Amino acid sequence: MESVGSIIMYVIIALSMIVFSVLAVTSRKILRAATYLLFTLFAAAGLYFMLDYEFLGAVQIAVYAGGIVVLFVFAILLTTAPGHNSEKLTSKSTIIGFIAAAAMLAVCAWALLTRCELFATQPDMPALTMNRLGEVLMGTDKGQYLLPFEAISVLLLACIIGGVAIARKR
Amino acid sequence: MEIKAIFYLLPALVMFCAGVYGFITRRNMIAMLISLELMLNAVDINFAVFNRFLFPGALEGMFFTLFAIAIAAAETALAIAILINIFRSVKNIDVRDLNEMKF
Repeated sequence: MESVGSIIMYVIIALSMIVFSVLAVTSRKILRAATYLLFTLFAAAGLYFMLDYEFLGAVQIAVYAGGIVVLFVFAILLTTAPGHNSEKLTSKSTIIGFIAAAAMLAVCAWALLTRCELFATQPDMPALTMNRLGEVLMGTDKGQYLLPFEAISVLLLACIIGGVAIARKR
Repeated sequence: MEIKAIFYLLPALVMFCAGVYGFITRRNMIAMLISLELMLNAVDINFAVFNRFLFPGALEGMFFTLFAIAIAAAETALAIAILINIFRSVKNIDVRDLNEMKF
C-alpha cells in the first residue's frame, strides 16, 4: 500500500509526461517544443526518483535538463531568425505519422496490458547507497562496470574533438 | 491502490509514440532531434523499470540507462554540430532542402 502522497506525485508526473511529450511534437514554435522537452525530461527524472534510483534521477537532470536542452536552445537560436514563426515545422505527412504512432501505441499497449506479470507490486530493493554504486561502477568483476566507464570517457573525448572539428569555421 | 510496473510503462509508451509521430511529421531537423530524444528517454525509463521490478537486487538496467544517457548526450552534441555546419552551407535546416550530399 502506497501512501497517498506518492500516488498524487505519480499522477502529476505521469500526466505531465504524457501531456508535455505530446505538446513537444505538436507545438508550432520550435523554442516552445524545446521547453516542453525540458518538462518531459524533468518528469522522467521524477519517475527515476519514484523508482528509488536517486543517482539516475540526478544524472538525468544534470545531463539532459542541464546540458542537452541548453544545447538545443543554443542551436535553435543560432539557426532560426528571432520572431520566426516556423509555420513550416510540420509537413504534409501528418496522417502517415499519426497512423504509425497510433498503430504502435495500440499494439504495444495491448501487449503490455495482457502480461499479468507487469501488474506485480514493487519489490523491496537493498538500499542503493553511494558506496555500492561506486563499487559497481569502479570494479572489474562480473557485473561491475569499469571498462564501459572508460569507454564512455574516450567516447566523450572523441565527441568533443569531433564537435570542434565539424563546427569550426574554415 | 499500489503503483505497479504497468503504470510506469504506459507513460513511457505514450512518450515513445509521440517521438515516432514527431520524427515522421517534423520538417525542421532540430525538431526531429527533439523527437529522437523523446524516444531515447522512453527506452531508458523502460530499462530502469524492468530492473527495479523484476531484478531488484541487480543494477544492470540502471547502469545501462546511465551509459545510454551519456551516449545520447554525445550523439546530440555531434548532431547539433553537423546541423550548424549544414546551416552555414545552405542557410536552412529544412530536411526537404537537403537533397544533395555535396554543396
